[in-house]
Amino acid sequence: MGLIVETKQAPRWQDELYDLLRKANFTQFAYVPDAGHSIMIDRSLKDPGVHSIGLTSEEEGVALVAGTDLGGGRAVLLMQSSGVGNCINMLSLIKGCHFPFLTFVSMRGEFGEGNPWQYAMGQAVEPVLKAMGVICLRAERPEDVVPTASAAITMAYQGGQSVAVLLAQRLIGVKKF
Amino acid sequence: MNPKGKGAAAAEALAPRFKLDRTKVVPALVGRAEDFWIVSGLAGAFWEMAAMTNNGANYYGLGGAMGAACMMGLGLALTRPEKKILVVTGDGELLMSLGSLATIGTINPPNLSILCVDNGHYGETGYQRSHTSLGVDIEKFAQGAGIKMTCTVASEADIPNGARMLREGNATAFVLASVHPADGLKVKASLDGAACRLRFRDAMLAASKPQ
Repeated sequence: MGLIVETKQAPRWQDELYDLLRKANFTQFAYVPDAGHSIMIDRSLKDPGVHSIGLTSEEEGVALVAGTDLGGGRAVLLMQSSGVGNCINMLSLIKGCHFPFLTFVSMRGEFGEGNPWQYAMGQAVEPVLKAMGVICLRAERPEDVVPTASAAITMAYQGGQSVAVLLAQRLIGVKKF
Repeated sequence: MNPKGKGAAAAEALAPRFKLDRTKVVPALVGRAEDFWIVSGLAGAFWEMAAMTNNGANYYGLGGAMGAACMMGLGLALTRPEKKILVVTGDGELLMSLGSLATIGTINPPNLSILCVDNGHYGETGYQRSHTSLGVDIEKFAQGAGIKMTCTVASEADIPNGARMLREGNATAFVLASVHPADGLKVKASLDGAACRLRFRDAMLAASKPQ
């Protein structure tokens, strides 16, 4: 139960976001492991009511979300900004076939980034997602997260859109090197 | 050295791969298509399953998004554990998403079966050779990924076991049908994936209503 200590120290918005997704009937959490999503990933692993699905590459999650929708369910993809680049052709499935799509992207390569390798994809996330028809919403502060995620869920699963919520590097915290 | 390269020589030594007629072996393996909810990969498998289901509402065929078929099947299988989900795809489509076999192997949903129709070639683009005709064995990838039940159907004698595996497994099944590089069954079918989504989803929801 050592993880409880970790959860207490963590920003509460991650727990609130997980609870919001569960209330909105998301039962599949797909991800490539990432520090920015670690609390949500851990909660999905401990939650008997959901499938927690580790992916080898992010585009697998795009296809999984579509397959889940075909069955009448809801899946969410959690990924880092670098993973967005792996998804691009697979998003033609979402755009061309009008699947609802919701993803949360933990941003790197922006505010305060010290690793030069993160900038190319981090800075390309918004233009590349928009080019594939994905609406981008940004959350910069802890109090933004739940209202932004609520709006995104409505846009995706009532509005029938594909939506990415970009969790800003300023929100997540800058990794030290 | 063989002019086609070392890999090709190795593959040719592996008789009797790439011998079966896909227009016969695929229907023999699948049997009654209406017993499954089917997702197909693009190209040969798309036309083949459109023909076998007569463009049925239990069929979602991909016209693009190469590499999506297995993961769509996983999402569907986890969402509808009471329904039997069949993914039918080709060697080219599967080679593009070998990682999805690893992801599926960590879960092994019992209601998911994958049929890979392996003709060793990219038929849709002019029958260029694929890695499987140069020595790569996708069944071994599936085994290495931890998929519990796998087999290769390379002769008529292998068909009953492959057909049983697709239907009766208590874990995810992976069946590799090694077929001759020639076109499969084909029927006129729409490539409109949005219309197909609505048709499939409506049928699935209607079939999933509590009695």
